[in-house]
Amino acid sequence: MQIGILALQGAFIEHAKMLKALGIGSFEIRQKKDLSKPMNGLILPGGESTTMYKLLVDLDMAEKVKELIESGMPVFGTCAGLLLLAKTVHNYKQAYMQTMDIVAKKNAFGRQLGSFRATGTFNGVTDVTFVFIRAPYIESVGEGVEVLAEIDGLIVAARQKNQLVTAFHPELTTNPTIHKYFIKMCEKAMK
Amino acid sequence: MKNERYELNKELAQMLKGGVIMDVTNAEQAKIAQEAGACAVMALERIPADIRAAGGVSRMSDPKLIKEIQAAVTIPVMAKIRIGHFVEAQVLEALEIDYIDESEVLSPADDIYHVNKHEFKVPFVCGAKNLGEALRRISEGASMIRTKGEPGTGDVIQAVKHTRLIMSEIRNVQSLREDELFVKAKELQVPYDLVKYVHENGKLPVVNFAAGGVATPADAALMMQLGAEGVFVGSGIFKSGNPARRAAAIVKAVTNYNDPKILAEVSENLGEAMVGINEEEIQLLMRERGI
Repeated sequence: MQIGILALQGAFIEHAKMLKALGIGSFEIRQKKDLSKPMNGLILPGGESTTMYKLLVDLDMAEKVKELIESGMPVFGTCAGLLLLAKTVHNYKQAYMQTMDIVAKKNAFGRQLGSFRATGTFNGVTDVTFVFIRAPYIESVGEGVEVLAEIDGLIVAARQKNQLVTAFHPELTTNPTIHKYFIKMCEKAMK
Repeated sequence: MKNERYELNKELAQMLKGGVIMDVTNAEQAKIAQEAGACAVMALERIPADIRAAGGVSRMSDPKLIKEIQAAVTIPVMAKIRIGHFVEAQVLEALEIDYIDESEVLSPADDIYHVNKHEFKVPFVCGAKNLGEALRRISEGASMIRTKGEPGTGDVIQAVKHTRLIMSEIRNVQSLREDELFVKAKELQVPYDLVKYVHENGKLPVVNFAAGGVATPADAALMMQLGAEGVFVGSGIFKSGNPARRAAAIVKAVTNYNDPKILAEVSENLGEAMVGINEEEIQLLMRERGI
């Protein structure tokens, strides 16, 4: 199995390390031609969503990424990656790829002083560490979107068919629960 | 709890990797920087080239300006304090700044002591020109390091020198025997644990950016190829002929720093670069501040 990791900006190496620890191969996607390489899943990492989207457009990659997702490619967006996929970004002038039926709120916990760590339950798995860095959360989800984790009643992880998003950063921890969940999604799609 | 805060602060720097942090002096410039793809902005009253030209004592920016810039963009906002000026740091923390740069670009407030950065909840980035300086700043609580370079010159030579030196010193520490690390810590005047971390991991324990003299997309890519994890561009953007275009080009160059074809494309037709001054033409060496 090969996972493509969008490597335009942000914490993409951390995802590659987590996958490697799980015995899964990955490669970096920095320009359009990288999107044509064979892959079984796509990760949109944390970083700055405005930077990543600007680069996706300028490097002529946004349409192709959108096509891949719409054709069923399993995709996992963390933090900025969540914002890239959200249909609506409530408190920002634009949304980005709009492939997932969720309403997201950007910088929802405030500035860096609002960043925090918490322990929560992901899809029934307890004691998972959630790291929120200037994070968004999901204000509401559309039909067919499954909520996978909440913190204080706020939605922080969700799935709609082939799309998985977390407002937090599992790649910054040593707990592989959520990456394993994503790899299962990729394995199912391969069958 | 304190330790957790430090981890979160290091992690914010991880999110900035592969990005360009741009100096801006007003809300309008901040918006241009964000539109061009900056991963953060540094709020300043005057960019380093103008600080250099104006002379005199240069201090933390007016909080009003910082608030205007915070209101104008969604990306992280950083701001500078004078070396050792912990009250300026308290002021910036009260403004909920995302990152404080304890910077040699401003006039130092203390010629011996840096700020004890462990006392603060907000993160700090500090300049360094060698491994010893970098690890001393980290032991004081910095959660991100950048090279000092020579700010406000548009001359990349010092940023190159500092990046090369830090990288080669890291390789040197990696190659030592375990029993040699104690003396290395003594030589570098830094805690043993930090030297041990570098020995085991072959990198600094925090994210390391390049800064101080980067003016073109090729400069930025040069720093990335030498091992920087991202780039600060100070005077290079808003002292140039077409800031928006140059800023976007530098962002693309940092992402595809290893692809000369893309570097050629983005370097085309950018208008005039900042004029710059050669490092031997300058009187004031900002890099010698705070060692």
